[in-house]
Amino acid sequence: MEHIRTTKVEQVKLLDRFSTSNKSLTGTLYLTATHLLFIDSHQKETWILHHHIASVEKLALTTSGCPLVIQCKNFRIVHFIVPRERDCHDIYNSLLQLSKQAKYEDLYAFSYNPKQNDSERLQGWQLIDLAEEYKRMGVPNPHWQLSDANREYKICETYPRELYVPRIASKPIIVGSSKFRSKGRFPVLSYYHQEKEAAICRCSQPLSGFSARCLEDEHLLQAISKANPVNRYMYVVDTRPKLNAMANRAAGKGYENEDNYSNIRFQFVGIENIHVMRSSLQKLLEVNGTKGLSVNDFYSGLENSGWLRHIKAVMDAAIFLAKAIMIENASVLVHCSDGWDRTSQVCSLGSLLLDSYYRTIKGFMVLIEKDWISFGHKFSERCGHLDGDPKEVSPVFTQFLECVWHLTEQFPQAFEFNEAFLLQIHEHIHSCQFGNFLGNCQKEREELKLKEKTYSLWPFLLDDQKKYLNPLYSSKSQRFTVLEPNTVSFNFKFWRNMYHQFDRTLHPRQSVFNIIMNMNEQNKQLEKDIQDLESKIKQCKNKQSDGVLTKELLHSVHPESSALKTSLCLKEQTLLPVNDALRTIEGSNPADNRYCDYTEEFSKAEPGVVSLEYGVARMTC
Amino acid sequence: MEFSELIRTGRAQAELLPGPEEAPLRGTLCVTGHHLLLSPGPPSTPDLWLLLLRSVDSIEKRVAGDSGTITLRCKDLRVLQLDIEGVEATLDIARSIETNAWRLSEVNQDFSLCSSYPRAVIVPRAVDDDALAQCARFRQGGRFPVLCYHHAPSGTVLLRSSQPLTGPQKRRCAEDEDLLRAVLTGARPGAQGFIVDTRSSQAAKQARMTGGGTEAKAAYPGWKRLHRPLERGRALQESFVRLVEACGDTEQSMDRWLSRLEGCRWLAHVKEALSTACLAAQGMEREGACILVHGAEGTDSTLLVTSLTQLILDPLSRTITGFQELVEREWIQAGHPFQLRCAHSAFSHTRPKHEAPTFLLFLDCVWQLGRQFPLSLEFGEGLLLALFEHAYASPFGTFLCNSEKERCLCEVRTRTHSLWSGLNQPKEQRKLRNPLYVPNPLAIWPSVEPQSLRLWQGLFLRWTRPPEPSEVAWEKVWQIVTEREKTGDSAHSFCLSSQPKQ
Repeated sequence: MEHIRTTKVEQVKLLDRFSTSNKSLTGTLYLTATHLLFIDSHQKETWILHHHIASVEKLALTTSGCPLVIQCKNFRIVHFIVPRERDCHDIYNSLLQLSKQAKYEDLYAFSYNPKQNDSERLQGWQLIDLAEEYKRMGVPNPHWQLSDANREYKICETYPRELYVPRIASKPIIVGSSKFRSKGRFPVLSYYHQEKEAAICRCSQPLSGFSARCLEDEHLLQAISKANPVNRYMYVVDTRPKLNAMANRAAGKGYENEDNYSNIRFQFVGIENIHVMRSSLQKLLEVNGTKGLSVNDFYSGLENSGWLRHIKAVMDAAIFLAKAIMIENASVLVHCSDGWDRTSQVCSLGSLLLDSYYRTIKGFMVLIEKDWISFGHKFSERCGHLDGDPKEVSPVFTQFLECVWHLTEQFPQAFEFNEAFLLQIHEHIHSCQFGNFLGNCQKEREELKLKEKTYSLWPFLLDDQKKYLNPLYSSKSQRFTVLEPNTVSFNFKFWRNMYHQFDRTLHPRQSVFNIIMNMNEQNKQLEKDIQDLESKIKQCKNKQSDGVLTKELLHSVHPESSALKTSLCLKEQTLLPVNDALRTIEGSNPADNRYCDYTEEFSKAEPGVVSLEYGVARMTC
Repeated sequence: MEFSELIRTGRAQAELLPGPEEAPLRGTLCVTGHHLLLSPGPPSTPDLWLLLLRSVDSIEKRVAGDSGTITLRCKDLRVLQLDIEGVEATLDIARSIETNAWRLSEVNQDFSLCSSYPRAVIVPRAVDDDALAQCARFRQGGRFPVLCYHHAPSGTVLLRSSQPLTGPQKRRCAEDEDLLRAVLTGARPGAQGFIVDTRSSQAAKQARMTGGGTEAKAAYPGWKRLHRPLERGRALQESFVRLVEACGDTEQSMDRWLSRLEGCRWLAHVKEALSTACLAAQGMEREGACILVHGAEGTDSTLLVTSLTQLILDPLSRTITGFQELVEREWIQAGHPFQLRCAHSAFSHTRPKHEAPTFLLFLDCVWQLGRQFPLSLEFGEGLLLALFEHAYASPFGTFLCNSEKERCLCEVRTRTHSLWSGLNQPKEQRKLRNPLYVPNPLAIWPSVEPQSLRLWQGLFLRWTRPPEPSEVAWEKVWQIVTEREKTGDSAHSFCLSSQPKQ
């Protein structure tokens, strides 16, 4: 609160990001403890959570006021013009403070109160139970068991307490192996494929340097391959480009030497590191943000950013995993450097391809809890929750979501959830509104007492489940129906609904999803109505034969009865859902669409506002 | 198109003020195909008051409160004022009189004026057939300006033609100038017009050297020229060939694919075509302007723009039959040389001479519209794919020959079957129809930003990747829709069957 000096500014203009004629809305800007709120003259509200703000820039003063550009982590970009420089300066300073908190305790989750009591909150946290999940996978079993080696986080701080390892791997072997792995992240089970009895395991890079060996580590890998009764060899997948892995050797790290391990097949899959990914996304966003972007600049920008190339690399790696298990029946051990970024991407996507449970709403939550949250993907650092090292920020999880989106595009019936679900999860990894994604590992989360002080996101998503259902989902598929995506280059498309989710003029004007969803609902409702009516008619007939015809029963089959009323009016109403109709009308305004410079051609007398491009005369903070 | 169909309202109550000297006349006003009638009520019953619509020189409408006034200025210099009850009625009457500024001309009955036009065309009523002959001599290939769409809500029109043959001497043609002037006066006094030239202004100027050119500003008052260069001819064909080549390579890296997608420029052409059509549509709907579209010959990019403009503005052209009529009228009858343009598709080794995928580009743009307004087109991707196939090779006669004249000479109508009857068979419907169609009375304005346009995978990658997922999804959507109809019906019949019991 102490950071807020001005809470309300009037006559603020919100510029249309892509308008070449500098179209704008005028309204009032409010600053609250948690949000920045803009209400335009049509009473439309734009809420921006402080934690979503990635950067605030104050541009040089213009004749109409002081421009303030806010870029958000959910890819919203707003461009305000504040009439008085003083107000702009105040808001700018407040936002700088509010968007970068120094302590976890200042994050929104610790003050967010959805009016639930303690037991409800606890129940929410218990919704996703990983012990239950391992049971579902089919462990423990004669080959795999729960290890208590890390119960007190003694071996590895960034792993969860409960880890599954091969039954024949004794504790000394585990301890020995963990000393030979970066950050102590020794090989453990990530996914067990019950039908093939093969496993996906994960770890970090070995500290092999140029020649170091570790017998325990070699034993542990052998134990993993032995835990697979069908196939004796296993794959070791290093998700880094070979060059990077080799460079690591000079620092005493590196990768497994095939000669030292029996029965391993070593493989690089070449996914770039977090820094490459960060700058790739940066380039992509720069291209997208261009006003009056031409088709050619768009595609050359897309190519130069390398973004889709990286997405394809992640997808290819996951497919490699799925194939190793499905075709060769071989177990796979995956690692990168520390085993919490690329490894999480590849293991989780691989499991998603193999097991249809992870393609359900609940299953997807479980997958994220398991491979990302519990195995120590550093959400707080990667998402920049706190004011920290900007070099630790990277869109690794966003890439995972994008890969899943590509799968939903290729397999429209395979997923229980829709795109909105992915977008909502993305929203909340940055929002800091719920406790799930705070902190960098389980140990840290326990220390923060997140389960006592914050709420879990998942129950809220489940309550809203209707919004996230894919109407085309066919639930009949078997548990082990494997997805075999085609990764030919042209199957990868720019994810407009993610990177332009707030630029509504770029979107289709009507949504097929909504309408099919409504139809499905109506079908269900109508079927229910028919059943009700059938049973009532039956009842009625029975009673008639008894010679009893009560007034109440008459009423129940009267066409004015509520059930019929709903079904009939449903039949007659047009299918456009309300917000959809609004969209159509809104999209029906050609002024939203900027057909190049038509305004200049039709009327030269448009009031000219000094055009300000990003990066021009920017103020340093 | 019959003009009497354009009469929006049969009758209205009105008062006629014939002039300061005469007494006002009250009665029922009526518009017919040729006349404006005022029948006073039974009490007085003198003769009908009658005005030949052709004698109306200009019309002006004004509305105030719940009544309106129409001022008619006649060619015999009379000025008449009509006070009409009801705003809607006023506007409808005004429009009905206005549309009569057009007539169907059979001047091209024997294809002598223009070999690529159909026998009958719609032209301003004020221009007679002799003048049309003069205009035809002034336009390349004889393609004088004709009406292709009348936008009733705004009372504006869309016309198309070929380039004027101004040549290096900057020749003029009084009849041609009259014709375009008549278009504006027919729309409304003071109406503005835009000539959308589908060439760059430089290319249009250069065309003068070869006898072509563009309308001089001074010669056509009220008309303004806009140049929107669209790719055509060999360059467009090459773009198509390069795209297909890129789509055939399944081994290429992501970077290579994206750079080839950019390099072939196909999506840039899609964007240009759509935004030019949007510009024309916007000119009509928002600015109340009349639009004339032409490039050079007026048989390629011109048709691309006029047909897309109609699709954006006209809800009827988005139905299955409306769309078929649009293709028939704006492409086949309008003389797009299908035989020359679609002789070869993308795999031919011979050097392209006249080939150009203009029609395919049109279909692609329609597909983009369908993606952005998935509920507003009555047809689905299936119809577009079928049209693409049949344009290039077809057992039907619909796309044969280059013009109506050739089709008559070849007796296409009597010796072949029509594609439309083939497509409209019930068994084809599930493939062609959009199960989610809901009529949308509004104009559909697409986004033309590169992020909003997509490669038409269903066509360009149709054989390169397994199409199952989308087809399965399409089936599923059909299933949901039919289920809905079924359950709705049975709920309804339940309701009916339970009624007699009371």
